[in-house]
Amino acid sequence: MSTELTRADRVGAWKARWRIGRMRYRVEPGLYAVGRPTADAPVLVTANYKMTFDRLRSQLGGRDAWVLVLDTRGINVWCAAGKGTFGTDEVVRRVEALRLSEVVSHRRLVVPQLGAPGVAAHEVLQRCGFEVVYGPVRAEDLPAFLDAGMKATPQMRRVQFPFRERVALIPVELVAGAKHVLFIAACLLLLGGLGPGGYSFGRAIGVGLPSAMLFLAVFVGGVTLVPMVLPWLPGRAFSVKGAWVGIALVLVFGAHVWAAPGAFGGPVSAGAWVLIIPAVASFLAMNFTGSSTYTSLSGVQREMRVALPVQIGCAAIGAVLWLLGRFV
Amino acid sequence: MRYLPNVVTLTLDAEKCTGCGLCVDVCPHGVLAMGDHQAAIVDRDACMECGACVRNCAFQALSVRAGVGCAAAVLNGMIRGGGPPCDCCAESACSD
Repeated sequence: MSTELTRADRVGAWKARWRIGRMRYRVEPGLYAVGRPTADAPVLVTANYKMTFDRLRSQLGGRDAWVLVLDTRGINVWCAAGKGTFGTDEVVRRVEALRLSEVVSHRRLVVPQLGAPGVAAHEVLQRCGFEVVYGPVRAEDLPAFLDAGMKATPQMRRVQFPFRERVALIPVELVAGAKHVLFIAACLLLLGGLGPGGYSFGRAIGVGLPSAMLFLAVFVGGVTLVPMVLPWLPGRAFSVKGAWVGIALVLVFGAHVWAAPGAFGGPVSAGAWVLIIPAVASFLAMNFTGSSTYTSLSGVQREMRVALPVQIGCAAIGAVLWLLGRFV
Repeated sequence: MRYLPNVVTLTLDAEKCTGCGLCVDVCPHGVLAMGDHQAAIVDRDACMECGACVRNCAFQALSVRAGVGCAAAVLNGMIRGGGPPCDCCAESACSD
């Protein structure tokens, strides 16, 4: 197989980030040859998500190696390890089904470190006779790891969450939330027509439409800003970080209302957004815990116990004020 | 970047630790380090409860309530009952 990525590979990766054809973005599980591997060439284990597979093979230029692709149902190594699909059972099953012990003379598998939540090295050894050596977190470090005689530096073992990785998650977060957000925006548009003397389509356009647009802007703003400025936002809880982004967005909104009074209905309707915007931004940021690389389940549960009632309370009071504002 | 302090469920039983060092290797956040012939928890608050160390300890010296630190999963667990599942985002966060 090739170690060069083509234009089609790059386009495919871009589409997967936008969730286009995401679940079909897989490679066939099995054993692949890189270069001209002999019986003593290393065996590198990976997932069958194509972006993962591509990232691995693009680092193997000029080398001879075996790549053992597990069936992780098109999910990357770390997430699949958490779910158990990248796990001890699947490793043992593949090694035996492919008769790996007849292909290579050594008994060693290089498993990416992020596979460790699903793979028990001692059980793999016991069950199929192959020793698991944990490789680096990032495929980029694999050449250095192999050249050093399969030794990883402490740096290679650490997961970071740099700007580049955080912003790469923005498209998928936008698409994931789009369905709910468009529904709420449609509700705002329709409810905007309510007012004294019954329903008015003119008011739906006059008040409902700006409200719907504002809600969409808050969603896009929250989903893009939170990952970008995450390390610099005050607080450790993601809900707190998001609330700060919300307050910044309220200031932008305030300047807008200042410049064009009445654009969002009367003062009560406009004022309702001072509660709604931070609540929405806080919730969006809290949801980003699932994409982050360092939040624990215990921590997320701790912050949600406090944040969720506050978010719901602010959003509910804001929604009531926004509706009442129609009539005052 | 650091998450909330004093919440993590990770524990290490020094009686059972043989000092093989595999937990130190698999931890993505430098929570564990080798001391004198034994592993030690040196930065508990950095733990994300992924469970890699527990899974790879052949001597059951480590324990943690492993799971995903994902608000959407916790929310789904609250709505549907049972623990936080990690199946909602098969197409979102796991796309990377």
